Amino acid sequence: MLELRDITGGYGPAQVLCGTDLRAEAGQVTALIGRNGVGKTTLLRGLMGLLPDLAGEITLSGETLLGLPTHRIARAGIGYVPEGRQIFPELTVMENLAVGQRRPSRNWPEERLFALLPNLRERRANAGRALSGGEQQMLAIARALVTDPRVLLLDEPSQGLAPMVVQELARVLRQLAGEGVAVLLVEQNLRLTEAVADRILIMARGRIVHDDTAAAFRAAEDDLRHRWLTM
Amino acid sequence: MDPLTLFTLQTLNALSLSALLFFISLGLTLIFGIMRVVNFAHGALFMLGAYVGVATQTASGSFLLSLIAAPLAAAVLGLAFERCALSRLYAREHSAFLLVTFGLALALTEAIRLIWGADARQAELPDSLSGIVFVMDEPFPIYRLLLIGAGLACALLCWAGLQRTRLGLLLRAASQNPTMTAALGNDVGRVRAAVFAMACALAALGGALAAPLLSASLGLGSNVIIDAFVIVMIGGMGSFLGTAAGSLLVGFAQTFGNYYAPELALGMTYALMIAVLVVRPGGLFGRVE
Ligand SMILES: Nc1ncnc2c1ncn2[C@@H]1O[C@H](COP(=O)(O)OP(=O)(O)O)[C@@H](O)[C@H]1O
Ligand SMILES: [Mg+2]
Repeated sequence: MLELRDITGGYGPAQVLCGTDLRAEAGQVTALIGRNGVGKTTLLRGLMGLLPDLAGEITLSGETLLGLPTHRIARAGIGYVPEGRQIFPELTVMENLAVGQRRPSRNWPEERLFALLPNLRERRANAGRALSGGEQQMLAIARALVTDPRVLLLDEPSQGLAPMVVQELARVLRQLAGEGVAVLLVEQNLRLTEAVADRILIMARGRIVHDDTAAAFRAAEDDLRHRWLTM
Repeated sequence: MDPLTLFTLQTLNALSLSALLFFISLGLTLIFGIMRVVNFAHGALFMLGAYVGVATQTASGSFLLSLIAAPLAAAVLGLAFERCALSRLYAREHSAFLLVTFGLALALTEAIRLIWGADARQAELPDSLSGIVFVMDEPFPIYRLLLIGAGLACALLCWAGLQRTRLGLLLRAASQNPTMTAALGNDVGRVRAAVFAMACALAALGGALAAPLLSASLGLGSNVIIDAFVIVMIGGMGSFLGTAAGSLLVGFAQTFGNYYAPELALGMTYALMIAVLVVRPGGLFGRVE
C-alpha cells in the first residue's frame, strides 16, 4: 500500500532521516517506535509534504507522492493525525470535521463516524479548545477519517491520555485496520503498541533498525528495548 | 440646534464614517488573519477604488456602475499581485512581504498620478442620492444614510460568508492552522489568493463609496490606512467582530472629537488605541500570541 524507500532529509543542513525504508500494508497496524528525537515525527511530516527538501521514493499503491504539495498528498488518500492533535481551537467539532470534507465522506458518514467515536456526538457544537485531551484526540482521528484515507498516520496519539482513553484508542485503531485502512502508528507507549500492532518497526538515528511482526518483537523485547528504546 | 438633535446628527455622521472605515479595515484584518502580515498596499487600493469610481462615473454617467467597476478592478489587480508576487513570499521573512506590499502602494500611487494627474477629483452623486432628508427637523444628506446601510449590509454579508460558506470556513481554519488545513486536503494557496482578492475588492468598494464625500486625491490612501491600522489594533488582529467594534469606536471618536475638540481630534484616535491596548494588549477581541 504505502511504501517509502531510502528517505533522506531534515531541517536545512541538519540531516534527520538517513535512508529510511518503510512499508505500511492495508488492513494492518504498522507501529513505528524509537527514542525521542530519532526522527519519527520528521518522517511523518516529510510524508505529508511538509519538509522542503526530502529525497527518496514515496509511493501509495504505485502512485508517486514525493514532491506533491501537502493538499495533493492528503487527497491521494493519506490521513494525518499529527503530534499534539492540532485541532482548530476556534472551530466547533462539526466545523473541524467539515474542513476535511471537500465532499461528503463516502466511508464515514456522520452516523457511522459517531458510532465509531461516540464521545464526539454530544460535543458536536462545542469549540475545539473546549474539548478534553481525549476528545481532541478522537476529533483529530475523525477529522482525518472524513477525508476517506487509505492510509492513516498517527503521531503519538496516546500522549497525555488517561488509560481508559488509551484503551478506547486501541479499539478504534483495530477497527480501522479491520476496515482495510493501512494504519501507521508512531508511539512511545509500548503497551498500546503491543496491543494493536501487526508489525513493529524501530527507528534509530534516522533509520529503521528493526522490522518484524509483533510476536517477534515480544519474543526479543528485552534485548530490543535495551538496545534501541531505553535512554 | 438643541443638544439632542446635534447628538443625533453627529451619531449619524459617525456611523457613516464608521461604515467607510469598516470597508478598508475588514480586508486588512482578514489578510492579517490568514497571512500573518500587514498589507501596506491596502490604503492605495482604497484610493484606487475612489479614482476608478470617479473615472467610471465620468465615462458612463452611472454611479452604480462605478460601484461595480472599482471593486472588480481591484480584485483583478489584487489577484494578479498575490499570484505573481506575494504567494512566493509566505515561506520567507515577513519583512519581504511588507516591502513588496509597500512597493505596490508606491507604484499604485505613481500610476494614479500618471493616469489621472495630481489634482483631486470628486464623484458627482446622481440626483436621487444627493438629496436631503429631515432628521428631527434638521436637513441631513441621504447619501450618508445610504453609507450606513451599505456598511451594515457589508458587515452582515461578510459575516454570513465567513460563517456559512466553504471559503469562509477554510479562511477561519487556515487563520488558525494553515498546515493542518492543507493536510486535510485543502489548497491553502488558493484560499489566500481568493481572500486577498476579495479584501482588495472591499477596500476599493469603500473608496468608490467615499469618492463623493472625500474626493479622490493622492493622499487618500495614506490617510485612510493609518485609521485602518488603528482600528485593526483596537479590535484585535484578525478578528471580524473586533474590526466592526474598532470601526465604530474610531468613527465616533473622530466625528465627535472633530466637533467638540478639533485640536485634539487626531490625538484622540491614538489615545483611544493606547487606552484599549493598555487594558487588552491583544485588542478588544484579539488573542495575544
Ligand atoms: N523544526 C525543526 N527544526 C530543526 N530541527 C528539528 C525540528 N524539529 C525537530 N528537529 C530535530 O530533528 C530531530 C528529530 O526530531 P523528531 O522527528 O521530532 O523526533 P521524534 O518524533 O522521533 O521524537 C531531533 O533531533 C530534533 O531536535
Ligand atoms: Mg515526535
